[in-house]
Amino acid sequence: MAAIELRGLTKVYPGGVTALDSLDLVIPDGEFFALLGPSGCGKTTLLRTIAGLETATGGAVVIGDRDVTGVQPGARDVAMVFQDYALFPHMDVADNIAYPLRIKKVAKATRRDKAQEVGARLGLDHLMDRRPGQLSGGQQQRVALARVMATQAQAFLFDEPLSNLDARLRLEARTFLKKLQRELGVTTVFVTHDQAEALAMADRMAVMEAGHIRQIGTPAEVFQRPANTFVAGFIGSTPMNLLDGVVRGDTLEVAGCKVRVPTSADGTLTDGEPIVFGVRPEYMSYSVEPVEGALGGKVAIVENLGASHLVTLEVGDVPVQAVVPEGSEPSPGQTGYALPRRDRALVYRDGELVTA
Amino acid sequence: MAQATSPPEVVRDATARRYSSDAAGLGRLRAGAFVAPAMVLIAVFLVFPALWVIYLGLTNYRLTGVEAAEPRVVGLDNFVKALSDPTFWNSTWLTVQFVLGSAVIGQVVLGFTIAWLLRDRRGPLKRIVEGLVILAWILPSAVVSFLWVALLDRDGGTLNTLLGIPGFAWLLDHPMLSIIVFNTWRGTAFSMMLYGAALGNVPPSHLESARLAGASGWQQLRDVVFPHIRGHILTNLLLISLWTFNDFTPFMLTAGGPDGKSEVLAVYVYNVALKGGQLGYGAAVSTVILLINLVVAVFYLRLLRSKK
Amino acid sequence: MTRFVLGRIGFYTLIAVLLAFFTIPLLWLASAPFTSDPTYEVKVPDFTWENFQAILEHPYALPSLFNSVLLAVGTALLVVLLAALAAYALSRVRLPGRDVLLYALLLLSSIITGTAAMVPIFQLAVELNLIDSQFGLILILTGGLLPAAIFMLKDFMDSTPKSYEESARVFGASPLQIVRHVVVPLVRPGLATIAVWAVANVWGNFLMPYLLLSDVEKQPAAVIMYTLYTEGGQANLQLLSTFGLLYSVPVVLMYLFVSKKYGFRFHGGIKR
Repeated sequence: MAAIELRGLTKVYPGGVTALDSLDLVIPDGEFFALLGPSGCGKTTLLRTIAGLETATGGAVVIGDRDVTGVQPGARDVAMVFQDYALFPHMDVADNIAYPLRIKKVAKATRRDKAQEVGARLGLDHLMDRRPGQLSGGQQQRVALARVMATQAQAFLFDEPLSNLDARLRLEARTFLKKLQRELGVTTVFVTHDQAEALAMADRMAVMEAGHIRQIGTPAEVFQRPANTFVAGFIGSTPMNLLDGVVRGDTLEVAGCKVRVPTSADGTLTDGEPIVFGVRPEYMSYSVEPVEGALGGKVAIVENLGASHLVTLEVGDVPVQAVVPEGSEPSPGQTGYALPRRDRALVYRDGELVTA
Repeated sequence: MAQATSPPEVVRDATARRYSSDAAGLGRLRAGAFVAPAMVLIAVFLVFPALWVIYLGLTNYRLTGVEAAEPRVVGLDNFVKALSDPTFWNSTWLTVQFVLGSAVIGQVVLGFTIAWLLRDRRGPLKRIVEGLVILAWILPSAVVSFLWVALLDRDGGTLNTLLGIPGFAWLLDHPMLSIIVFNTWRGTAFSMMLYGAALGNVPPSHLESARLAGASGWQQLRDVVFPHIRGHILTNLLLISLWTFNDFTPFMLTAGGPDGKSEVLAVYVYNVALKGGQLGYGAAVSTVILLINLVVAVFYLRLLRSKK
Repeated sequence: MTRFVLGRIGFYTLIAVLLAFFTIPLLWLASAPFTSDPTYEVKVPDFTWENFQAILEHPYALPSLFNSVLLAVGTALLVVLLAALAAYALSRVRLPGRDVLLYALLLLSSIITGTAAMVPIFQLAVELNLIDSQFGLILILTGGLLPAAIFMLKDFMDSTPKSYEESARVFGASPLQIVRHVVVPLVRPGLATIAVWAVANVWGNFLMPYLLLSDVEKQPAAVIMYTLYTEGGQANLQLLSTFGLLYSVPVVLMYLFVSKKYGFRFHGGIKR
């Protein structure tokens, strides 16, 4: 059990590409932490640098109270699950799980027992003699998990743990993983490109872009108050409305409509300055009657989301989206008004969140 | 539910090349130690003799006579002699024919055809055909050359019996054709296996899209398959061209004859150096052959790099 | 429908022609050894054992097969061991000048198999006191085969995923442990292919043993085959065909065995 700390961590590749740009991060002991971001943002590089597979060009990695920056991967007391699980195809499940103990020179009988114990805990007891090639994707994942559990390492690192599973299985695995981590209480860092996955599983997360951390926070924080327009646009299964606007006294002129200044930005705005107005489609209330402070336009598209609908309004020539509960969805061509929630709408100045 | 996530790491290949490739943590020192034993052996038993051959080419060393005991350095005399010797050029031209005919055309076309024909099959037919082709490659050269001597024999040979033309002397009248067909037969297996593996890597979805767009078999080959395996074709061509260029086996069928009509370069060197005893000159010719190989290799590598 | 039928007929005709092309030259090897007083003709044999009898009586025939096995297996083992280590290191670690080195070595190995290299090799063997030594011959043959072997194995290893090694490394395995536990099992098909290729090469190699071994009892089958060819002027078809068959059988068996166990692939990537 250990906290992980990054101090000014930098990684520059030989070609001059900066993969990690002076990152500072503290992950407390026992936390389930997500590294989230688009392809190429550096999240996997960061994970590999924590593991020791990549050497840092600057800064430090501290695990527990130990500065492990110069320490070999095998001696950092971390365990890693790779995206393709990397189960050794020529060993059976039991030997795979016992492998880390074999390296630690644990006696054969002891490590077989331990493998059996861990395997049973994850429901693998009837599969111990099989080869990885004979297992399903979900079973392979559990073997990979059993293997890291057998190490009793201070921290676990998962590289895209759910990407190799098919969609249905992924949702079950999400719940399973979160429960498992809670039971084990081991500090876990996992990498994902799927924001829904990060929101669902993590205690806290870091949203990364091009080698920088753009925001660190709990899922609620990152969802409700994204620190900049990048995070705002990246998080959320339905993209946040980010609309250009201008401050006009104590209102905002957005897409040709007048909306009220959100509570979060009250009193901080100067008249006439350009801003970006952000509000999630889920935080809009929809009506067919005109409402003051709402964005009005013609319904262009209605998408069925299951228990709700995503309505796209053309406000002037700007598309604005709102989520409408089932039963009250409009038809294309009708006029509609989307009223943003004052306590959930946000204002961005130069890409950064404006706070009161 | 509309997912506003970024696409998964399909750029895995590009990014994978950025990560450290030293997966086991060997480090340069240990890697050097791993490579060292092989390099020592190569240095002693390959590089050193090869360099010596180049040196010998600069002397007038002979097997017998004064020059055997006291060879002198004669500079580039041997090279000049080689380049002005019509026999040498004859051999070079014959070798080019040999390589083009049996390797570039013969083995590649045949190997690819077989790989293509059998690409979707799994059963005994595939195993039998592949087995026979590989057999032709695996059997020792001394044996297969003799099998072809027997096949092409003017009186009792099976070929003449089948074609009904007893007395037709293939090896005497058509030596180049004989050795070209022989080498094609012998070497097809390598190309067949390579193309078989390469074809296996062509995504079936690409072929299917082409088929649905109305492409004929030939068009599918041209537009989907060839672009995918272009790199493999070039590597394959490079290896077999070099191997064929230096191949001595035609000697076992025709001994370079009759009258030097099938005297490819490897046989020419043998005749000049061992039968004629002119080792210095023979070494010079070997060096020229090496230079030609180098030119061919560089040519292929340029092609490979440009296609990427 | 007719296009399908024509296509089918075309396919099978082509296959038949190919089968014929590859089978016919081999027929003599199957028929002549069992025919008393064989000629170049291929005919149904009268199933006699006297040819084999003659081979058994030849003093050097059977022992030469044993020598061939010794040389081939010895060289193959050495080639596989050294090439595997070198290819792995070259595949995983960026050593300076690596690509140029490989191509240069590949080209040089073609000059060594040429006849003009015979003299330098002979003289080198004399200096190192390796004349008439089967061990010395193995070293020389290995040197000649290594560049191509390393080239092919490196290509194979490049397409083997690195995650297995990295996984073992994070679990604390040392590089040597990783090579033993993870890498070797993964590249076994590639190693088997190189071993087969090396054996086939050495098995057929006539020039080097002819040059470097003076004791006829140490000579491998390739050399003996040549002497059968040339002694007495007229080719002794009886001995040639029979010995040719015996000489061919081991290498074919080896290929069958290895391909059954591992599959014969020059180009890597793991089949999941």
